[in-house]
Amino acid sequence: MDFQLIWFILIAILFIGYFILEGFDFGVGILMPFISKDDTDRRVVLNTIGPFWDANEVWLITAGGAMFAAFPHWYATLFSGFYIPLFLMLLALILRAVGFEFRSKKKEVWWRRTFDQFIFWGSLIPALLWGVAFTNIVQGLPIGSDMNFTGNLLHILNPYALLGGVVVVFLFVLHGALFLSLRTTDGLKQRAENIARVLWVPIAAVTAIFAIMGYWNTMLFEGLGLVPGTFPTLAILSFIACFIFIRMKMQGYAFAAMAATILLGASVVFYGLFPNVMPSSLDPAYSLTVYNASSSQMTLRIMSIVALFFVPVVLAYQGWSYYVFSKRITRDAIPRED
Amino acid sequence: MEVLEIARWQFGITTVYHFFFSPLTMGLAVLTAILHTFYYRTNSDQYKLLTKYFGKLFIIIFALGVVTGIVLEFQFGMAWSEYSRFVGDIFGIPLAIEALLAFFLESTFIAVWLFGWGRLPKGIHLLSIWLVALGSNLSALWILIANAWMQVPVGYVLNDGRAELADFVAIMLNEQMLVMVQHTIIAAFVSGGLFMFGISAWQILRKNQVEVFGKSARIALVFTAVSSLLVATTGHTQAQHTVQYQPMKMAAMEGLWETEQPAGFSMFAIIDQENQTSRRELRLPYMLSVLAYNNTTSEVRGMIDLQSEYEATYGPGNYIPPVTVVYWSFRLMVGLGILFILYAFTGLVLWWRDKLEHNRLYLKAGTIIMFLPLLANSLGWVVTEMGRQPWIVHGLMLTRDGVSPNVSSGSMLLTTIVFTLVYGLLAAVAVYLVHRFAKPGVPEDKDTMVHAY
Ligand code: HDD
Ligand code: HEM
Ligand code: HEM
Repeated sequence: MDFQLIWFILIAILFIGYFILEGFDFGVGILMPFISKDDTDRRVVLNTIGPFWDANEVWLITAGGAMFAAFPHWYATLFSGFYIPLFLMLLALILRAVGFEFRSKKKEVWWRRTFDQFIFWGSLIPALLWGVAFTNIVQGLPIGSDMNFTGNLLHILNPYALLGGVVVVFLFVLHGALFLSLRTTDGLKQRAENIARVLWVPIAAVTAIFAIMGYWNTMLFEGLGLVPGTFPTLAILSFIACFIFIRMKMQGYAFAAMAATILLGASVVFYGLFPNVMPSSLDPAYSLTVYNASSSQMTLRIMSIVALFFVPVVLAYQGWSYYVFSKRITRDAIPRED
Repeated sequence: MEVLEIARWQFGITTVYHFFFSPLTMGLAVLTAILHTFYYRTNSDQYKLLTKYFGKLFIIIFALGVVTGIVLEFQFGMAWSEYSRFVGDIFGIPLAIEALLAFFLESTFIAVWLFGWGRLPKGIHLLSIWLVALGSNLSALWILIANAWMQVPVGYVLNDGRAELADFVAIMLNEQMLVMVQHTIIAAFVSGGLFMFGISAWQILRKNQVEVFGKSARIALVFTAVSSLLVATTGHTQAQHTVQYQPMKMAAMEGLWETEQPAGFSMFAIIDQENQTSRRELRLPYMLSVLAYNNTTSEVRGMIDLQSEYEATYGPGNYIPPVTVVYWSFRLMVGLGILFILYAFTGLVLWWRDKLEHNRLYLKAGTIIMFLPLLANSLGWVVTEMGRQPWIVHGLMLTRDGVSPNVSSGSMLLTTIVFTLVYGLLAAVAVYLVHRFAKPGVPEDKDTMVHAY
């Protein structure tokens, strides 16, 4: 069996799961200041993701761990190469988590404002940086013969990559708005629906520009000519379906279609990369591939057995926790503060 | 400063900081689950309120463990990429399994437990806190499998300049891990136990809800007494293991320059690393042989002999770790361990004589001693990690070869400074919040029982 292929797919699934799940809680964090009319609203918004955000983040931790085990060179090159962006992301994730846990522990306005800022920036910055990072990867990076990244920060922050970051932020905001429309009531629900309706068109426009520019800026569509390929076509269709469901006020379907869009969009990236994981822009011979970056067969085999047994268990109890907390959050559910 | 030095400081700072919170989490999770079980069994409101009360303090500490843990997971790749390339085949496995088996469990069920009051069947709700306790202690198990392999590498073959997996079972059952995990988990129980006792003692001193806190104090006391004894015995086992597998570390822990037979245990010494001697040394004859081998005759090798042995095996170089730090950290840890035993058993005697609530001196001491396990934990890791130097993987890779070659010292320094400052600030906020939520005591009315962000 081709264990490298299996692990490439598994890691892709972990990242995609991470983007779908943390995607909506990043979106909720970014929207919180704009969608809330008062402090109770803000607390409602936070409580919609309260029981979930931490477990969502573990998808990233697991993706990191799996990458370390299955493709140590991918892990080493990616994380040391993106040293400063990752540092910023870690800082943002720290402040965001602290924001969730601590903001409502004191009533003072300055206290809550401070932690609200942490939540907002802590959701925006990682979303942006994931967009930047993955755009860089598909653009190809200056990776030398020793597998190390040789560029600098300015290289990473190139305009096209920044546009990729903006696209990811936008998509997550839309995803978050749809999630909120499913988990809130009354005014908040109304506003969440409006945001989704109004934002879809501009977000679609930016995303389309980014995707079309991808023909010149990335290695994804080589050999495809003008035919978009299966994954891109399906991604476009599901994104359009999302719009139709929003219009028809079928929020549940709209949310599912948005999740499918993220899944398919990210699949374009991973499918386009394979068998590379970090293409080198200096010399294709220096590219990291699933074969030259991987662990030994024995490691991959053992990891596959572990995954086979435990991934279903994890999925089952995570799914169960979404079921337990599926009730909409109302303003009355927030404990009164005297 | 060189990149290497900064990277080492960064790793030390971020891990030790993480390890302020992890042991408290592991210990308090179990204790909270015990309180919850008492509530489940007795249906008494007092236990319910106590569960909620300590659960609230627990969650503040838990949050900091979580946020600092993510940094560690990424740090290997960011700052130690050459190391990651070298060990990924083996070291990555426990890390990935830890996330899959432990972190998912913890993070899902902590939310189920917190937000589940009044929403779940009681049995399931109780189960969820026990799953959190299981998850946090499981995470220690997996991370220690990883760390133990750096101390005593087993089950590998060298291939293409990388350590590749040869025997999975040997790695999972690494003897080094088996001794580490007992000691670490039980040290975490001591940390949690003394924390809960300290908080309870503080409330009793303040004459706040003395009856309720008398209950939690007693539970914590029994828990601590048992654990503190076991910490000493497991530590002793660990030392016996170290003398065999990392003799240089043991010699440094003892400040033992010359090989001795039988060996004496050093109580005090001023260590002169440059001239490879110790001054003003106070020794208990035979004691080191007893500690290391349970007899009065065995030989314990000294650093000078070991150094020439290592040079013969690994080529020229300095294989002696920073002795002073290792020597004193070890002594302080053991001293603290003995203090905890004495303290816990004094408490049991006071309880026996029905004086636990009335001995103010004893209670006051408890409010200070509750912080000392954090110190003991850090010292233990300083012994373990610094005593391993100059190796990052004992006998296979030097620390200086593990650092990322393409990260500048400027970047490394910047991130180290920012992490340190942010962590400092977070610690201050956490201490403030724990104090603030601990102060009023258990809630009087049950409306405040709902958890919400
Ligand atoms: C509350 C915390 C605490 C307390 C009271 C003690 N320890 Fe400890 N010790 C730890 C917390 C710790 C630790 C942080 O958990 C370490 C670091 C690595 C490990 O496995 O456990 C450790 C490591 C550690 C090592 C390993 C060094 C190596 O890597 O080879 C030894 C030999 C001891 N301890 C021995 C003792 C003894 C004899 C104690 C006597 C009472 C003691 N410890 C108390
Ligand atoms: C799986 C667990 C761990 C791994 C893999 C690990 C690995 C490492 C690595 C790679 C270094 C850098 C090289 C060096 O300078 O020694 C290091 C250093 C260090 N680690 Fe650990 N560590 C682990 C757990 C811990 C914990 C829990 C602590 C303490 C709470 C700790 C404390 C330290 C300290 C203090 C240093 C600095 C030593 C020095 O500068 O000489 N480590 N460890
Ligand atoms: C140096 C390597 C280490 C890494 C990479 C690491 C990684 C992590 C991560 C990512 C988390 C967050 C989990 C979440 O989001 O729920 C975490 C938490 C935790 N870690 Fe570590 N850790 C390290 C060292 C240790 C050690 C040595 C122990 C115990 C012996 C430990 C025990 C824990 C525990 C109990 C938690 C649960 C949350 C909490 O402590 O508050 N960690 N760790």
